[in-house]
Amino acid sequence: MDLVEFLVKTSTIVAVFGLTLVIAMYSTWAERKVAGFIQDRSGPNRAGWGGLLQPLADAGKMFFKEDFIPALANKWLFIAGPSLAMLTALLASAVIPFGSTFRVAGHEVALQGVESNIGILYVFGVVALGVYGIMVGGWASNNKFSLLGAIRAASQNISYEVAMGLSLIAILMMSSSLSLGEIVAQQHGMNWNIFYQPLGFIIFITCSFAECNRVPFDLPECETELVGGYHTEYGSMKLGFYLFAEYINMFISSAIISVLYFGGYNYPGMDFVYEQLVKSFGTETGHNIATLIGTAVFFGKALFFVFFYMWVRWTIPRFRYDQLMNLGWKKLIPLAIFNIIITGAAVLFLKPVITAWLN
Amino acid sequence: MNSAVSFFYFLSFLTILSAVMVVVSRNPIHSVLYLILTFFTLSGHYILLNAQFLAAVNIIVYAGAIMVLFLFVIMFLNMKQDQEEAKTNLTKIAATIVGGTVFVILFGAYRKTAIAPFDPQTYDSQIGMIESLGHMLFREYLLPFELASILLLVAMVGAVLLGKREIGERHF
Repeated sequence: MDLVEFLVKTSTIVAVFGLTLVIAMYSTWAERKVAGFIQDRSGPNRAGWGGLLQPLADAGKMFFKEDFIPALANKWLFIAGPSLAMLTALLASAVIPFGSTFRVAGHEVALQGVESNIGILYVFGVVALGVYGIMVGGWASNNKFSLLGAIRAASQNISYEVAMGLSLIAILMMSSSLSLGEIVAQQHGMNWNIFYQPLGFIIFITCSFAECNRVPFDLPECETELVGGYHTEYGSMKLGFYLFAEYINMFISSAIISVLYFGGYNYPGMDFVYEQLVKSFGTETGHNIATLIGTAVFFGKALFFVFFYMWVRWTIPRFRYDQLMNLGWKKLIPLAIFNIIITGAAVLFLKPVITAWLN
Repeated sequence: MNSAVSFFYFLSFLTILSAVMVVVSRNPIHSVLYLILTFFTLSGHYILLNAQFLAAVNIIVYAGAIMVLFLFVIMFLNMKQDQEEAKTNLTKIAATIVGGTVFVILFGAYRKTAIAPFDPQTYDSQIGMIESLGHMLFREYLLPFELASILLLVAMVGAVLLGKREIGERHF
């Protein structure tokens, strides 16, 4: 890897890292604004214009609170819990393709942290590890409510991981590639997977709600039964990290949804825009501007799904725990297997017929 | 020493250290966490061998699923801490003999194994990639692969059957 490529890659990774944090930060503001809009009130509006400085004020408050560790808690694991939650939340953004390529001084560099041929498996592995932050933190608090909350969150996560993985398999059967960059590139020209996989999309988005512990599946936190769930004993920035990790997870899963089902950085009329830009700015600048437009479209899609998370949170009541488990194991998993069978049949029998008919 | 080799030594050191810590830790939760670390370093070894698929699957299956269940069970069992009964000398001696014998057998087996020679010029570095692995599994080893899947299915049916609520009066 030579210097130009290295610099572009490094700046991409740093920009993605920074953007993820900023988006997660402003999601907390947006959540309260959306809640305010839906409940017909104005939401935060005191710190800065429209309450825009509210996240900073919250962060300041979190940092200056007393960093308290319960006397009988396991000290190291108590600190490791929120750190692990943060770490696993941020890890997944490494393989997401945020745009097509940048052309700098004759080099073509993909706007993606790591182009890996197992991209989607990497994301899945990181999602599977997300449980540890919650479990370790909940256990280390040495509090029965925390432990029960952690167990609840973990069993919810591993139950829905199964259905999530099965719904992904249908996508992989169609794309015959595990690389996220390749999956996005195949969706060029409005070949978005949502049109071929509507059932898989519904299963996937339901599971990602459960994975992020969001309403209607936010059972780990339950005032009447479990006090605060796994973060009952946490305060100051350690609590902040847990809450922050949830918002990062939300953004990352929205990005994954838009990569897998909504064509990532592809948008209708993309080739026309590309041609116009290349004609007026030359192959290098034009290409880069086209890439940047694609990236903006990608972020637009991802942010729409972040909004969708919030919209659902303030609209739908939550499930009971046995309903959650029944939905996961008895409805979503059979549906996902059914989806795999349908997809397999369509790829084997329907696709040759349609291709022959179109030609 | 090139960077791959030094990285290999570093990873091996971490692997062995965390594996030893699994045995040495007094707290079972710490043991499980060290075991997870061991799986991570093993995945690092797979990546060094250019077997990315194995690395990812190792993390998903072992670190992501099986160890979570370990942690589950131990967290529930470990509600009362510090109740470890003292081991008698007889147990210690027996454990040492058994452990030592296993070590000697493994060491002997390791010394007897001949590592298949390979030619660096014709060696296919893409052999651990998922495409070649898939071709291998579905062409040459199709029957063992399908048999393994049937075994897993049977295990799953058995687990569902065990977990089913029995008809009649409940005794728990």
